[in-house]
Amino acid sequence: MSALAHAGGGGHAAPVGPPVERRGTWIPYLLLLPGALWLLLFFVVPLVQLFTVSLQSQYPGYPGYYYRDLNVGNYWSALTEFAPHFGRSLLFAGLATFFAFCLAYPLAYAMAFKAGKWRGLMMICVIAPFFTSFILRTIAWRQILSDEGPVASVLNTLHLLPGGHITETWMAVVAGLTYNFLPFMVLPIYASLERADPRVIEAGGDLYANGFTTFRTVTLPMSMPGVLAGTLLTFIPATGDYVNAELLGSDRSTKMVGNVIESQFFKVPGGYPTAAALSFTLMALILALVFVYVRKFGTEELL
Amino acid sequence: MGAAALSACAPPAPPSGGPAQLALPTDVSATDKTLRWANWTAYLDYDEEAKNYPTLEAFMKETGIATTYSEDVDDNDSYVSKVRPQLEARQDIERDIVTLTDWMAARLIRDQLVQPLELIQMPNAGNLLPQLKEVSFDPGRNYSLTWQSGFAGIGYDREKVGRDLKTLDDLFSEDLKGRVVVLSEMRDTVGLMMQWQGVDIAGQWTQAQFDEGVAKVDQLIGDGYIRRVKGNAYLNDLKSGNAIAGIVWSGDLFVLRFETENDNWQFTIPESGGTLWSDNMMVPITSTHRRNAQTLMNYYYEPEVAAQVAAYVNYVCPVVGAQEELAKTDPELAESPFIFPSADYIKENNIQGFRALTAQEDADLSAQWARVVGN
Repeated sequence: MSALAHAGGGGHAAPVGPPVERRGTWIPYLLLLPGALWLLLFFVVPLVQLFTVSLQSQYPGYPGYYYRDLNVGNYWSALTEFAPHFGRSLLFAGLATFFAFCLAYPLAYAMAFKAGKWRGLMMICVIAPFFTSFILRTIAWRQILSDEGPVASVLNTLHLLPGGHITETWMAVVAGLTYNFLPFMVLPIYASLERADPRVIEAGGDLYANGFTTFRTVTLPMSMPGVLAGTLLTFIPATGDYVNAELLGSDRSTKMVGNVIESQFFKVPGGYPTAAALSFTLMALILALVFVYVRKFGTEELL
Repeated sequence: MGAAALSACAPPAPPSGGPAQLALPTDVSATDKTLRWANWTAYLDYDEEAKNYPTLEAFMKETGIATTYSEDVDDNDSYVSKVRPQLEARQDIERDIVTLTDWMAARLIRDQLVQPLELIQMPNAGNLLPQLKEVSFDPGRNYSLTWQSGFAGIGYDREKVGRDLKTLDDLFSEDLKGRVVVLSEMRDTVGLMMQWQGVDIAGQWTQAQFDEGVAKVDQLIGDGYIRRVKGNAYLNDLKSGNAIAGIVWSGDLFVLRFETENDNWQFTIPESGGTLWSDNMMVPITSTHRRNAQTLMNYYYEPEVAAQVAAYVNYVCPVVGAQEELAKTDPELAESPFIFPSADYIKENNIQGFRALTAQEDADLSAQWARVVGN
């Protein structure tokens, strides 16, 4: 308590009267309380519950009945059986993050520096898709990409589509992921570019750097916090996503780990511990990857 | 290390089997004239203009029981997964009748999550087709009453396919590669495969025979013949043209004809045989309106009412006498083998129900099936 009061008040707190200091001791905690309670109730409690489920064992001969146990074997069997799905999740999410970055950076750059009076309109265009459910939008993509839809028929006429169809392939899933998470990439990059001081970029030119060198040494580093935030906001939810694989993918070669968790929870009798173990592994995996990534590319401003 | 040592502990005693004492909630039907019914989509006669269900309106007028009808169920697994924890904790799921397929009814009855019915209060229940009276999961029909039955077979667009599909060999042929969808219902899809391989699916088939059926599906997916394995959503693929044929449920094709205004949709039982399933009305253990539920079940087993429903849904009608009633209004429809299949029709087409599974088989085979369809 007192440590926080000192930290909060700093060195200059001493001359101020005691009542102020006393108020300072509990107000931060009071402000934290709603958020902390929320997290405790809706994050920590379910998390602990999920963890205990992931260690449960089944009564032999009574599928669907579990008892509390420390069955670490659940993790091992889930991992060995569903390793390909983990690989696919990371691969698809990685690809989607890459494509989203390639699409988002020029767009955010244009919005920040070149759009002029169109900036507001472009911003609305980026955000507008959020006004409809993303499930509905994904179902709409299924129609657009269907065999007799415009995209597939054009590609088929040009003989550019080896399998003859787009839906039920990994391309459709990655395209869906890219599309659905694009705004999460655009907005942070735009925010960091928009904040950048144009005089600093001009200074690059003044110092006889060509456009590319200025971009590489000035603009890009300034936008790194946005890029980092954007890639995290895309990669993390994309790894756990199952809607795109469910709606646009096929039944085997494009299933991601989220689909397995869904079906273990809801379709396979006695699949609860496996599903819980998979959820936990996925969480740990993403946490580890993000940790390494942020350590490597993180910037002071973001952390 | 500690974990390993602890996990070596013997499991506690399993939950007690056998008929435990069922604590039924107090029935308030006499004072509270309400009823809440969960059913599948397009499964009750609907009047587009009046925006209501004519037979249900008549029921409410006749009995004064205000009935809420909701099309909650689009998949056995997802619906039951949602309500099961509440049922186990004996918290009201706000439904007094749920309508679920045989194998799911078997699970709920086995786990004592539904209430026994007072058959003496439902004289019309005697109109149930004789072959549906003795089902393995509910001998004597003490817990469930059939709502509708149906077949799984081949559905296709004759114009786009360009020929008639009579066998599963026809369905999985080179020119239809990648344009075929199959049902995610294990008992229908694997059942059809096993029949294709000459297995009697109602009999005591072996694990090896089941494995072969699953392996066939596995191979057909791997070779690219089967485009998707889906629940009710397969209809969307047929509508969008991604698929032009598939293993489907009988009544759905009539809905598809109506919705796409395309009479080329055909339903046929493959020469090797088709499956027969039923959906069953049950009263969840948490319901306090069992008597009202029984009144409704009794009402829908009046032949004239059943005939009205059958004329709309095009599924197999389980009520004796409904055919004669339908013949009065629509003699042609009354001859439809998809609504009133004769015993000969069932026999000639080798239409069978998938044999009941034990709890352990149910869990193991479902997991095996889930792995093959990709998750």
